[in-house]
Amino acid sequence: MSTILLLLVTGIGLGAVYFLVASGLSLIYGLMGVLNFAHGAFLTLGALIGWETARIMGADSWGGFALSLLVGCLVGALLAALTEFVLIRPLYERHIEQVLVTVGLNLAAIALFEGIWGTDPVFIQGPTWMGMTTDVLGAQIPNHLFITILVAGLVLAGMVLFLKRTRYGMIIRAGVENRSMVTALGIDVRRAFTLVFTIGGAAAGLGGVLASHYFGYVSPLLGGSLLIFAFIVTVIGGLGSLAGAAVASVLVGVLQQFANYYWSIGDFVVVILLAVVLLTRPSGLMGRKVATA
Amino acid sequence: MSTTPQTTPAPAAAGGTGTAPVLTVSHLKASINGQQVVEDVTFSVPSIGITALLGRNGVGKTSSIKAILGLIHRDAGTVELEGRPIHTLPTHRIVQRGVGYVPEDREVFAGLSVAENLRLSERDDHPRRELVESLFPDLVKRAQQAAGSLSGGQQQMVSLARALMNDNRVLLVDEPTKGLAPKIVGEVADALEEAAKTVPILLVEQNLAVVRQLAAGAIVLSDGHVVHTTDSATSFLDDDTLVTRHLGVGTGPAPKGA
Repeated sequence: MSTILLLLVTGIGLGAVYFLVASGLSLIYGLMGVLNFAHGAFLTLGALIGWETARIMGADSWGGFALSLLVGCLVGALLAALTEFVLIRPLYERHIEQVLVTVGLNLAAIALFEGIWGTDPVFIQGPTWMGMTTDVLGAQIPNHLFITILVAGLVLAGMVLFLKRTRYGMIIRAGVENRSMVTALGIDVRRAFTLVFTIGGAAAGLGGVLASHYFGYVSPLLGGSLLIFAFIVTVIGGLGSLAGAAVASVLVGVLQQFANYYWSIGDFVVVILLAVVLLTRPSGLMGRKVATA
Repeated sequence: MSTTPQTTPAPAAAGGTGTAPVLTVSHLKASINGQQVVEDVTFSVPSIGITALLGRNGVGKTSSIKAILGLIHRDAGTVELEGRPIHTLPTHRIVQRGVGYVPEDREVFAGLSVAENLRLSERDDHPRRELVESLFPDLVKRAQQAAGSLSGGQQQMVSLARALMNDNRVLLVDEPTKGLAPKIVGEVADALEEAAKTVPILLVEQNLAVVRQLAAGAIVLSDGHVVHTTDSATSFLDDDTLVTRHLGVGTGPAPKGA
Protein backbone atom coordinates (compact mmCIF):
# COMPACT_ATOMS: atom_id res chain seq x y z
CA MET A 1 0.00 0.00 0.00
CA SER A 2 2.72 2.45 0.98
CA THR A 3 4.68 1.49 -2.14
CA ILE A 4 1.68 2.19 -4.32
CA LEU A 5 1.16 5.56 -2.67
CA LEU A 6 4.84 6.42 -3.09
CA LEU A 7 4.76 5.43 -6.76
CA LEU A 8 1.58 7.43 -7.24
CA VAL A 9 3.03 10.61 -5.73
CA THR A 10 6.40 10.31 -7.51
CA GLY A 11 4.44 9.68 -10.71
CA ILE A 12 2.35 12.80 -10.19
CA GLY A 13 5.57 14.70 -9.39
CA LEU A 14 7.11 13.55 -12.65
CA GLY A 15 3.84 14.42 -14.39
CA ALA A 16 4.08 17.90 -12.86
CA VAL A 17 7.50 18.37 -14.47
CA TYR A 18 6.17 17.05 -17.78
CA PHE A 19 3.24 19.44 -17.57
CA LEU A 20 5.50 22.46 -17.12
CA VAL A 21 7.23 21.56 -20.39
CA ALA A 22 4.22 20.22 -22.28
CA SER A 23 1.84 23.11 -21.50
CA GLY A 24 3.99 25.56 -23.48
CA LEU A 25 4.62 23.09 -26.28
CA SER A 26 0.93 22.44 -26.65
CA LEU A 27 -0.10 26.10 -26.68
CA ILE A 28 2.67 27.02 -29.11
CA TYR A 29 1.75 24.22 -31.49
CA GLY A 30 -1.95 24.85 -31.13
CA LEU A 31 -1.69 28.54 -31.91
CA MET A 32 1.21 28.68 -34.35
CA GLY A 33 1.55 25.20 -35.81
CA VAL A 34 5.19 25.09 -34.71
CA LEU A 35 6.67 22.05 -33.01
CA ASN A 36 9.20 23.80 -30.84
CA PHE A 37 12.30 21.62 -30.56
CA ALA A 38 14.11 24.42 -28.72
CA HIS A 39 11.75 24.08 -25.77
CA GLY A 40 14.23 21.78 -24.02
CA ALA A 41 16.87 24.49 -24.27
CA PHE A 42 14.57 26.93 -22.42
CA LEU A 43 14.26 24.34 -19.66
CA THR A 44 17.97 23.55 -19.51
CA LEU A 45 19.05 27.17 -19.38
CA GLY A 46 16.47 27.83 -16.67
CA ALA A 47 17.85 24.92 -14.67
CA LEU A 48 21.51 25.89 -15.15
CA ILE A 49 21.14 29.59 -14.39
CA GLY A 50 18.69 28.73 -11.61
CA TRP A 51 21.30 26.47 -10.03
CA GLU A 52 24.03 29.10 -10.38
CA THR A 53 21.74 31.57 -8.64
CA ALA A 54 20.95 29.16 -5.82
CA ARG A 55 24.65 28.39 -5.38
CA ILE A 56 25.56 32.05 -5.05
CA MET A 57 22.72 32.66 -2.61
CA GLY A 58 23.46 29.49 -0.67
CA ALA A 59 22.01 26.32 -2.10
CA ASP A 60 20.56 25.09 1.17
CA SER A 61 18.72 28.34 1.91
CA TRP A 62 15.05 28.82 1.13
CA GLY A 63 15.86 32.26 -0.24
CA GLY A 64 18.30 30.70 -2.69
CA PHE A 65 15.75 28.12 -3.78
CA ALA A 66 12.97 30.68 -4.20
CA LEU A 67 15.25 32.98 -6.16
CA SER A 68 16.41 30.08 -8.35
CA LEU A 69 12.76 29.40 -9.25
CA LEU A 70 12.20 33.05 -10.10
CA VAL A 71 15.42 33.37 -12.10
CA GLY A 72 14.83 30.06 -13.92
CA CYS A 73 11.35 31.24 -14.85
CA LEU A 74 12.59 34.62 -16.10
CA VAL A 75 15.51 33.12 -18.03
CA GLY A 76 13.18 30.64 -19.75
CA ALA A 77 10.72 33.40 -20.59
CA LEU A 78 13.41 35.72 -21.92
CA LEU A 79 15.09 33.09 -24.10
CA ALA A 80 11.71 31.99 -25.45
CA ALA A 81 10.58 35.53 -26.25
CA LEU A 82 13.89 36.19 -27.98
CA THR A 83 13.60 32.96 -29.95
CA GLU A 84 10.14 33.89 -31.19
CA PHE A 85 11.12 37.43 -32.05
CA VAL A 86 14.46 36.78 -33.73
CA LEU A 87 14.07 33.32 -35.29
CA ILE A 88 10.38 32.40 -35.60
CA ARG A 89 8.78 35.69 -36.59
CA PRO A 90 10.84 36.32 -39.75
CA LEU A 91 9.70 32.88 -40.93
CA TYR A 92 6.01 33.73 -40.46
CA GLU A 93 3.71 31.04 -41.92
CA ARG A 94 6.69 28.93 -43.07
CA HIS A 95 6.16 26.04 -40.70
CA ILE A 96 8.86 23.65 -41.89
CA GLU A 97 11.53 26.34 -41.73
CA GLN A 98 10.28 27.35 -38.29
CA VAL A 99 10.61 23.80 -37.00
CA LEU A 100 14.07 23.45 -38.55
CA VAL A 101 15.28 26.65 -36.95
CA THR A 102 14.17 25.41 -33.52
CA VAL A 103 16.02 22.12 -34.12
CA GLY A 104 19.13 24.09 -35.01
CA LEU A 105 18.80 26.36 -31.99
CA ASN A 106 18.45 23.33 -29.74
CA LEU A 107 21.63 21.74 -31.08
CA ALA A 108 23.56 24.99 -30.83
CA ALA A 109 22.26 25.66 -27.32
CA ILE A 110 23.29 22.22 -26.05
CA ALA A 111 26.77 22.67 -27.52
CA LEU A 112 27.02 26.09 -25.90
CA PHE A 113 25.85 24.80 -22.51
CA GLU A 114 28.34 21.93 -22.69
CA GLY A 115 31.07 24.42 -23.52
CA ILE A 116 30.24 26.48 -20.43
CA TRP A 117 29.13 23.89 -17.87
CA GLY A 118 30.82 20.73 -19.20
CA THR A 119 29.16 17.51 -20.29
CA ASP A 120 28.93 15.85 -16.88
CA PRO A 121 25.86 16.19 -14.73
CA VAL A 122 26.31 18.57 -11.79
CA PHE A 123 24.73 17.19 -8.63
CA ILE A 124 22.77 19.78 -6.76
CA GLN A 125 21.05 20.28 -3.45
CA GLY A 126 18.31 22.44 -2.06
CA PRO A 127 17.09 23.41 1.39
CA THR A 128 17.57 20.56 3.87
CA TRP A 129 13.80 20.02 4.21
CA MET A 130 13.50 19.30 0.51
CA GLY A 131 16.02 16.48 0.79
CA MET A 132 13.99 14.81 3.56
CA THR A 133 10.83 12.77 3.41
CA THR A 134 7.42 13.01 5.02
CA ASP A 135 5.49 10.00 6.25
CA VAL A 136 2.11 9.88 4.50
CA LEU A 137 0.07 6.78 5.46
CA GLY A 138 3.26 4.81 5.82
CA ALA A 139 4.85 6.01 2.58
CA GLN A 140 8.02 8.07 2.79
CA ILE A 141 7.30 10.85 0.30
CA PRO A 142 10.28 13.03 -0.73
CA ASN A 143 9.43 16.59 0.26
CA HIS A 144 10.59 18.17 -3.00
CA LEU A 145 7.67 16.41 -4.73
CA PHE A 146 5.17 18.47 -2.76
CA ILE A 147 6.75 21.66 -3.99
CA THR A 148 6.94 20.47 -7.58
CA ILE A 149 3.29 19.40 -7.57
CA LEU A 150 2.22 22.63 -5.86
CA VAL A 151 4.08 24.84 -8.34
CA ALA A 152 2.75 22.93 -11.36
CA GLY A 153 -0.77 23.18 -9.92
CA LEU A 154 -0.39 26.94 -9.49
CA VAL A 155 0.95 27.28 -13.03
CA LEU A 156 -2.01 25.30 -14.37
CA ALA A 157 -4.47 27.45 -12.41
CA GLY A 158 -2.74 30.62 -13.55
CA MET A 159 -2.79 29.56 -17.19
CA VAL A 160 -6.46 28.57 -17.03
CA LEU A 161 -7.37 31.91 -15.47
CA PHE A 162 -5.31 33.75 -18.06
CA LEU A 163 -6.90 31.88 -20.96
CA LYS A 164 -10.45 32.24 -19.61
CA ARG A 165 -10.42 35.71 -18.15
CA THR A 166 -8.19 37.94 -20.25
CA ARG A 167 -8.57 39.31 -23.75
CA TYR A 168 -5.23 37.84 -24.80
CA GLY A 169 -6.31 34.52 -23.38
CA MET A 170 -9.42 34.74 -25.51
CA ILE A 171 -7.32 35.59 -28.58
CA ILE A 172 -5.09 32.58 -27.90
CA ARG A 173 -8.06 30.21 -27.52
CA ALA A 174 -9.64 31.58 -30.69
CA GLY A 175 -6.32 31.43 -32.54
CA VAL A 176 -5.81 27.78 -31.60
CA GLU A 177 -9.12 27.09 -33.34
CA ASN A 178 -8.77 29.31 -36.39
CA ARG A 179 -5.82 31.64 -36.69
CA SER A 180 -6.75 33.31 -39.96
CA MET A 181 -10.23 34.23 -38.71
CA VAL A 182 -8.63 35.99 -35.75
CA THR A 183 -6.65 38.20 -38.12
CA ALA A 184 -9.84 38.71 -40.16
CA LEU A 185 -11.38 40.30 -37.05
CA GLY A 186 -8.63 42.92 -37.15
CA ILE A 187 -6.42 41.37 -34.48
CA ASP A 188 -2.64 41.17 -34.85
CA VAL A 189 -2.25 37.53 -33.92
CA ARG A 190 1.55 37.75 -33.97
CA ARG A 191 1.53 39.50 -30.60
CA ALA A 192 -0.20 36.45 -29.21
CA PHE A 193 2.59 34.33 -30.75
CA THR A 194 5.27 36.15 -28.74
CA LEU A 195 3.07 35.84 -25.68
CA VAL A 196 2.59 32.07 -25.86
CA PHE A 197 6.30 31.59 -26.45
CA THR A 198 7.07 33.73 -23.39
CA ILE A 199 4.55 31.94 -21.20
CA GLY A 200 5.69 28.55 -22.44
CA GLY A 201 9.34 29.48 -21.85
CA ALA A 202 8.58 30.71 -18.33
CA ALA A 203 6.86 27.43 -17.46
CA ALA A 204 9.73 25.45 -19.00
CA GLY A 205 12.34 27.45 -17.06
CA LEU A 206 10.40 26.81 -13.87
CA GLY A 207 10.16 23.15 -14.86
CA GLY A 208 13.94 23.09 -15.34
CA VAL A 209 14.65 24.19 -11.79
CA LEU A 210 12.12 21.74 -10.37
CA ALA A 211 13.33 18.92 -12.61
CA SER A 212 16.87 19.41 -11.37
CA HIS A 213 15.62 18.86 -7.82
CA TYR A 214 13.52 15.90 -8.94
CA PHE A 215 16.48 14.16 -10.55
CA GLY A 216 19.11 15.64 -8.21
CA TYR A 217 21.32 17.08 -10.94
CA VAL A 218 21.55 19.60 -13.76
CA SER A 219 23.08 18.79 -17.12
CA PRO A 220 23.09 20.32 -20.59
CA LEU A 221 21.10 17.28 -21.70
CA LEU A 222 18.37 17.64 -19.07
CA GLY A 223 15.97 19.42 -21.43
CA GLY A 224 16.44 17.02 -24.32
CA SER A 225 15.48 13.92 -22.35
CA LEU A 226 12.41 15.61 -20.86
CA LEU A 227 11.39 17.10 -24.20
CA ILE A 228 10.80 13.68 -25.74
CA PHE A 229 8.32 12.75 -23.05
CA ALA A 230 6.78 16.22 -23.15
CA PHE A 231 6.14 15.78 -26.87
CA ILE A 232 4.51 12.42 -26.20
CA VAL A 233 2.39 13.97 -23.46
CA THR A 234 1.38 16.79 -25.79
CA VAL A 235 0.29 14.38 -28.52
CA ILE A 236 -1.58 12.13 -26.08
CA GLY A 237 -3.34 15.11 -24.48
CA GLY A 238 -4.24 16.67 -27.82
CA LEU A 239 -2.14 19.36 -29.47
CA GLY A 240 -3.36 22.78 -28.39
CA SER A 241 -5.28 21.60 -25.34
CA LEU A 242 -4.01 22.78 -21.97
CA ALA A 243 -6.37 20.53 -20.02
CA GLY A 244 -5.29 17.64 -22.24
CA ALA A 245 -1.63 18.36 -21.46
CA ALA A 246 -2.40 18.37 -17.72
CA VAL A 247 -4.30 15.08 -17.78
CA ALA A 248 -1.82 13.36 -20.09
CA SER A 249 1.16 14.58 -18.00
CA VAL A 250 -0.16 12.92 -14.86
CA LEU A 251 -1.26 9.83 -16.78
CA VAL A 252 2.14 9.35 -18.40
CA GLY A 253 4.11 10.17 -15.23
CA VAL A 254 2.16 7.76 -13.03
CA LEU A 255 2.10 4.98 -15.63
CA GLN A 256 5.83 5.35 -16.18
CA GLN A 257 6.58 5.09 -12.44
CA PHE A 258 4.49 1.97 -11.96
CA ALA A 259 5.76 0.23 -15.08
CA ASN A 260 9.32 1.07 -14.14
CA TYR A 261 8.99 -0.20 -10.58
CA TYR A 262 7.25 -3.48 -11.33
CA TRP A 263 8.59 -4.41 -14.75
CA SER A 264 11.31 -1.85 -15.55
CA ILE A 265 9.56 -0.94 -18.80
CA GLY A 266 8.36 2.60 -18.03
CA ASP A 267 9.57 4.19 -21.26
CA PHE A 268 8.23 1.33 -23.35
CA VAL A 269 4.78 1.58 -21.76
CA VAL A 270 4.65 5.28 -22.58
CA VAL A 271 5.34 4.58 -26.23
CA ILE A 272 2.65 1.88 -26.23
CA LEU A 273 0.21 4.36 -24.69
CA LEU A 274 1.11 6.86 -27.40
CA ALA A 275 0.47 4.25 -30.10
CA VAL A 276 -2.88 3.27 -28.58
CA VAL A 277 -4.03 6.89 -28.36
CA LEU A 278 -2.92 7.62 -31.91
CA LEU A 279 -4.78 4.57 -33.19
CA THR A 280 -8.00 5.15 -31.28
CA ARG A 281 -8.10 8.95 -30.90
CA PRO A 282 -5.71 10.49 -33.42
CA SER A 283 -6.42 14.03 -32.24
CA GLY A 284 -5.51 13.14 -28.64
CA LEU A 285 -7.55 12.75 -25.49
CA MET A 286 -8.85 16.33 -25.52
CA GLY A 287 -7.71 17.56 -28.90
CA ARG A 288 -10.08 19.37 -31.18
CA LYS A 289 -10.00 19.03 -34.89
CA VAL A 290 -7.82 22.03 -35.52
CA ALA A 291 -9.12 24.13 -38.41
CA THR A 292 -6.71 24.35 -41.31
CA ALA A 293 -5.55 27.90 -41.25
CA MET B 1 -34.82 42.16 -71.33
CA SER B 2 -34.35 45.70 -70.22
CA THR B 3 -30.66 45.56 -69.39
CA THR B 4 -27.86 46.47 -71.72
CA PRO B 5 -25.63 43.40 -71.85
CA GLN B 6 -22.12 44.67 -71.18
CA THR B 7 -20.45 41.34 -71.68
CA THR B 8 -17.03 42.83 -72.20
CA PRO B 9 -14.76 43.31 -69.20
CA ALA B 10 -16.06 46.43 -67.58
CA PRO B 11 -13.62 48.21 -65.31
CA ALA B 12 -16.05 51.02 -64.67
CA ALA B 13 -17.89 51.31 -61.40
CA ALA B 14 -20.92 49.10 -61.08
CA GLY B 15 -22.81 51.77 -59.24
CA GLY B 16 -24.34 54.51 -61.27
CA THR B 17 -24.99 56.79 -58.34
CA GLY B 18 -22.25 59.21 -59.22
CA THR B 19 -20.52 58.89 -55.84
CA ALA B 20 -16.99 57.54 -55.57
CA PRO B 21 -16.82 53.78 -55.03
CA VAL B 22 -15.90 52.57 -51.56
CA LEU B 23 -13.77 49.70 -52.82
CA THR B 24 -11.87 49.54 -56.08
CA VAL B 25 -10.21 46.34 -57.21
CA SER B 26 -7.88 46.59 -60.22
CA HIS B 27 -6.23 43.72 -62.05
CA LEU B 28 -6.14 41.61 -58.92
CA LYS B 29 -4.39 38.25 -59.27
CA ALA B 30 -4.15 35.76 -56.43
CA SER B 31 -3.08 32.18 -55.89
CA ILE B 32 -3.36 29.38 -53.36
CA ASN B 33 -0.31 27.13 -53.08
CA GLY B 34 0.98 28.41 -56.41
CA GLN B 35 -2.29 27.76 -58.23
CA GLN B 36 -3.86 30.87 -59.68
CA VAL B 37 -7.45 31.25 -58.48
CA VAL B 38 -8.05 34.92 -59.25
CA GLU B 39 -6.93 36.00 -62.71
CA ASP B 40 -7.01 39.69 -63.37
CA VAL B 41 -10.18 40.78 -61.60
CA THR B 42 -11.26 44.41 -61.86
CA PHE B 43 -14.39 45.88 -60.32
CA SER B 44 -15.56 48.46 -57.85
CA VAL B 45 -18.15 48.51 -55.10
CA PRO B 46 -20.45 51.54 -54.82
CA SER B 47 -20.55 53.32 -51.50
CA ILE B 48 -24.20 52.58 -50.84
CA GLY B 49 -26.38 49.52 -50.93
CA ILE B 50 -25.65 45.89 -51.65
CA THR B 51 -23.65 44.78 -54.66
CA ALA B 52 -23.85 41.11 -55.56
CA LEU B 53 -20.78 39.16 -56.69
CA LEU B 54 -22.14 36.37 -58.84
CA GLY B 55 -20.83 33.43 -60.84
CA ARG B 56 -20.82 29.66 -61.02
CA ASN B 57 -19.15 27.53 -58.37
CA GLY B 58 -15.40 27.75 -58.49
CA VAL B 59 -15.03 30.89 -60.58
CA GLY B 60 -13.15 32.66 -57.82
CA LYS B 61 -15.76 34.60 -55.88
CA THR B 62 -14.60 33.48 -52.45
CA SER B 63 -10.99 33.70 -53.57
CA SER B 64 -11.50 37.28 -54.74
CA ILE B 65 -12.92 38.22 -51.34
CA LYS B 66 -10.04 36.49 -49.59
CA ALA B 67 -7.53 38.19 -51.86
CA ILE B 68 -9.02 41.60 -51.04
CA LEU B 69 -8.50 40.79 -47.36
CA GLY B 70 -5.01 39.36 -47.89
CA LEU B 71 -6.09 35.97 -46.60
CA ILE B 72 -4.63 34.35 -49.71
CA HIS B 73 -1.51 35.33 -51.59
CA ARG B 74 -1.92 38.32 -53.90
CA ASP B 75 0.31 38.09 -56.96
CA ALA B 76 -0.52 41.41 -58.58
CA GLY B 77 -3.07 44.19 -58.80
CA THR B 78 -4.30 46.88 -56.46
CA VAL B 79 -7.13 47.24 -53.97
CA GLU B 80 -8.19 50.68 -52.81
CA LEU B 81 -10.49 51.51 -49.95
CA GLU B 82 -11.95 54.98 -50.50
CA GLY B 83 -9.02 55.81 -52.72
CA ARG B 84 -6.30 54.61 -50.37
CA PRO B 85 -4.37 51.47 -51.29
CA ILE B 86 -4.80 48.57 -48.89
CA HIS B 87 -3.32 45.70 -50.89
CA THR B 88 0.10 46.08 -49.28
CA LEU B 89 -1.28 45.76 -45.75
CA PRO B 90 -1.56 42.56 -43.68
CA THR B 91 -5.06 41.24 -43.07
CA HIS B 92 -5.55 42.67 -39.59
CA ARG B 93 -4.65 46.19 -40.77
CA ILE B 94 -7.04 45.95 -43.72
CA VAL B 95 -9.83 44.98 -41.32
CA GLN B 96 -8.85 47.77 -38.93
CA ARG B 97 -9.29 50.24 -41.81
CA GLY B 98 -12.94 49.24 -41.84
CA VAL B 99 -13.38 46.17 -44.01
CA GLY B 100 -15.78 43.81 -42.22
CA TYR B 101 -15.77 40.15 -43.20
CA VAL B 102 -18.44 37.48 -42.91
CA PRO B 103 -16.74 34.34 -44.20
CA GLU B 104 -18.22 31.44 -46.07
CA ASP B 105 -19.02 28.66 -43.58
CA ARG B 106 -19.36 31.28 -40.83
CA GLU B 107 -16.11 30.38 -39.03
CA VAL B 108 -17.33 31.12 -35.52
CA PHE B 109 -14.96 30.09 -32.73
CA ALA B 110 -16.72 26.93 -31.65
CA GLY B 111 -15.03 26.62 -28.25
CA LEU B 112 -15.74 30.23 -27.28
CA SER B 113 -19.08 31.43 -25.98
CA VAL B 114 -21.30 33.64 -28.11
CA ALA B 115 -20.42 36.60 -25.88
CA GLU B 116 -16.71 35.89 -26.33
CA ASN B 117 -17.05 35.63 -30.09
CA LEU B 118 -18.66 39.05 -30.09
CA ARG B 119 -16.22 40.60 -27.63
CA LEU B 120 -13.31 39.37 -29.72
CA SER B 121 -14.67 41.26 -32.71
CA GLU B 122 -14.99 44.58 -30.87
CA ARG B 123 -12.30 46.96 -32.01
CA ASP B 124 -13.96 50.37 -31.84
CA ASP B 125 -14.01 52.39 -28.64
CA HIS B 126 -17.78 52.28 -28.77
CA PRO B 127 -18.79 48.97 -30.33
CA ARG B 128 -22.36 48.90 -31.55
CA ARG B 129 -23.68 46.41 -29.02
CA GLU B 130 -27.22 47.84 -28.98
CA LEU B 131 -27.56 47.57 -32.75
CA VAL B 132 -26.30 43.99 -32.74
CA GLU B 133 -28.53 43.04 -29.83
CA SER B 134 -31.59 44.55 -31.49
CA LEU B 135 -30.84 42.77 -34.77
CA PHE B 136 -30.15 39.40 -33.13
CA PRO B 137 -32.06 39.17 -29.84
CA ASP B 138 -31.59 35.41 -29.91
CA LEU B 139 -27.85 35.85 -29.37
CA VAL B 140 -28.40 37.80 -26.16
CA LYS B 141 -30.29 34.84 -24.71
CA ARG B 142 -27.52 32.48 -25.77
CA ALA B 143 -24.60 34.70 -24.74
CA GLN B 144 -23.02 32.10 -22.48
CA GLN B 145 -23.54 29.16 -24.82
CA ALA B 146 -20.57 27.75 -26.75
CA ALA B 147 -20.81 28.99 -30.33
CA GLY B 148 -20.07 25.47 -31.58
CA SER B 149 -23.31 24.22 -30.04
CA LEU B 150 -25.47 26.65 -32.03
CA SER B 151 -27.44 25.77 -35.15
CA GLY B 152 -26.12 26.85 -38.54
CA GLY B 153 -28.50 29.79 -38.66
CA GLN B 154 -27.54 30.96 -35.18
CA GLN B 155 -23.85 30.65 -36.06
CA GLN B 156 -24.50 32.82 -39.10
CA MET B 157 -26.07 35.41 -36.80
CA VAL B 158 -22.90 35.35 -34.67
CA SER B 159 -20.76 35.76 -37.77
CA LEU B 160 -22.86 38.68 -39.03
CA ALA B 161 -22.97 40.21 -35.57
CA ARG B 162 -19.17 40.15 -35.38
CA ALA B 163 -18.94 42.16 -38.58
CA LEU B 164 -21.66 44.63 -37.58
CA MET B 165 -20.14 45.29 -34.16
CA ASN B 166 -17.79 47.91 -35.59
CA ASP B 167 -18.26 50.96 -37.76
CA ASN B 168 -17.01 49.57 -41.08
CA ARG B 169 -16.53 51.27 -44.44
CA VAL B 170 -17.60 48.16 -46.33
CA LEU B 171 -18.66 44.60 -45.56
CA LEU B 172 -17.57 41.53 -47.52
CA VAL B 173 -20.22 38.88 -46.97
CA ASP B 174 -19.58 35.43 -48.42
CA GLU B 175 -22.56 33.11 -49.00
CA PRO B 176 -24.43 33.96 -45.80
CA THR B 177 -27.43 31.74 -46.60
CA LYS B 178 -25.50 28.64 -47.65
CA GLY B 179 -26.88 25.50 -46.08
CA LEU B 180 -29.56 27.27 -44.05
CA ALA B 181 -33.24 26.38 -43.71
CA PRO B 182 -35.57 28.57 -45.84
CA LYS B 183 -37.05 30.36 -42.82
CA ILE B 184 -33.55 31.24 -41.58
CA VAL B 185 -32.56 32.41 -45.07
CA GLY B 186 -35.28 35.03 -44.79
CA GLU B 187 -34.02 36.17 -41.39
CA VAL B 188 -30.44 36.47 -42.61
CA ALA B 189 -31.60 38.41 -45.68
CA ASP B 190 -33.62 40.78 -43.51
CA ALA B 191 -30.62 41.33 -41.23
CA LEU B 192 -28.45 42.12 -44.27
CA GLU B 193 -31.06 44.50 -45.62
CA GLU B 194 -31.11 46.29 -42.29
CA ALA B 195 -27.30 46.38 -42.14
CA ALA B 196 -27.08 47.77 -45.67
CA LYS B 197 -28.79 50.95 -44.49
CA THR B 198 -25.58 51.87 -42.66
CA VAL B 199 -22.77 50.23 -44.62
CA PRO B 200 -22.21 49.19 -48.25
CA ILE B 201 -21.97 45.43 -48.76
CA LEU B 202 -20.31 43.22 -51.34
CA LEU B 203 -22.35 40.04 -51.24
CA VAL B 204 -21.46 36.64 -52.65
CA GLU B 205 -24.73 34.74 -52.88
CA GLN B 206 -25.94 31.66 -54.74
CA ASN B 207 -29.57 32.04 -53.74
CA LEU B 208 -30.85 34.24 -56.55
CA ALA B 209 -34.08 35.04 -54.71
CA VAL B 210 -31.98 36.60 -51.99
CA VAL B 211 -29.97 38.49 -54.62
CA ARG B 212 -33.23 39.83 -56.07
CA GLN B 213 -34.41 40.95 -52.67
CA LEU B 214 -31.20 42.66 -51.64
CA ALA B 215 -28.83 43.60 -54.41
CA ALA B 216 -28.76 46.87 -56.29
CA GLY B 217 -25.91 46.20 -58.68
CA ALA B 218 -24.14 43.00 -59.63
CA ILE B 219 -20.70 41.89 -60.74
CA VAL B 220 -20.44 38.55 -62.55
CA LEU B 221 -17.29 36.44 -62.54
CA SER B 222 -16.35 33.62 -64.86
CA ASP B 223 -13.02 31.76 -64.97
CA GLY B 224 -11.38 34.22 -62.63
CA HIS B 225 -12.43 37.28 -64.68
CA VAL B 226 -15.20 39.82 -64.44
CA VAL B 227 -17.47 39.19 -67.43
CA HIS B 228 -20.40 41.43 -66.65
CA THR B 229 -21.26 44.37 -64.43
CA THR B 230 -24.61 46.01 -64.03
CA ASP B 231 -26.34 48.67 -61.97
CA SER B 232 -29.41 46.54 -61.75
CA ALA B 233 -29.11 43.03 -60.40
CA THR B 234 -32.81 42.49 -61.05
CA SER B 235 -32.64 43.27 -64.73
CA PHE B 236 -29.63 40.97 -65.03
CA LEU B 237 -31.55 38.16 -63.35
CA ASP B 238 -34.52 38.81 -65.63
CA ASP B 239 -32.33 38.18 -68.66
CA ASP B 240 -32.47 34.42 -69.06
CA THR B 241 -29.81 34.35 -71.76
CA LEU B 242 -27.28 36.14 -69.59
CA VAL B 243 -28.15 34.17 -66.50
CA THR B 244 -27.85 30.85 -68.29
CA ARG B 245 -24.57 31.85 -69.89
CA HIS B 246 -22.91 33.20 -66.74
CA LEU B 247 -24.53 31.34 -63.88
CA GLY B 248 -25.52 28.16 -65.71
CA VAL B 249 -28.94 28.06 -64.07
CA GLY B 250 -32.44 29.22 -64.73
CA THR B 251 -33.55 32.09 -62.55
CA GLY B 252 -36.37 30.12 -61.06
CA PRO B 253 -39.52 31.72 -59.74
CA ALA B 254 -39.51 35.17 -58.27
CA PRO B 255 -39.21 35.21 -54.46
CA LYS B 256 -42.32 35.00 -52.40
CA GLY B 257 -42.34 36.93 -49.19
CA ALA B 258 -38.65 36.41 -48.58
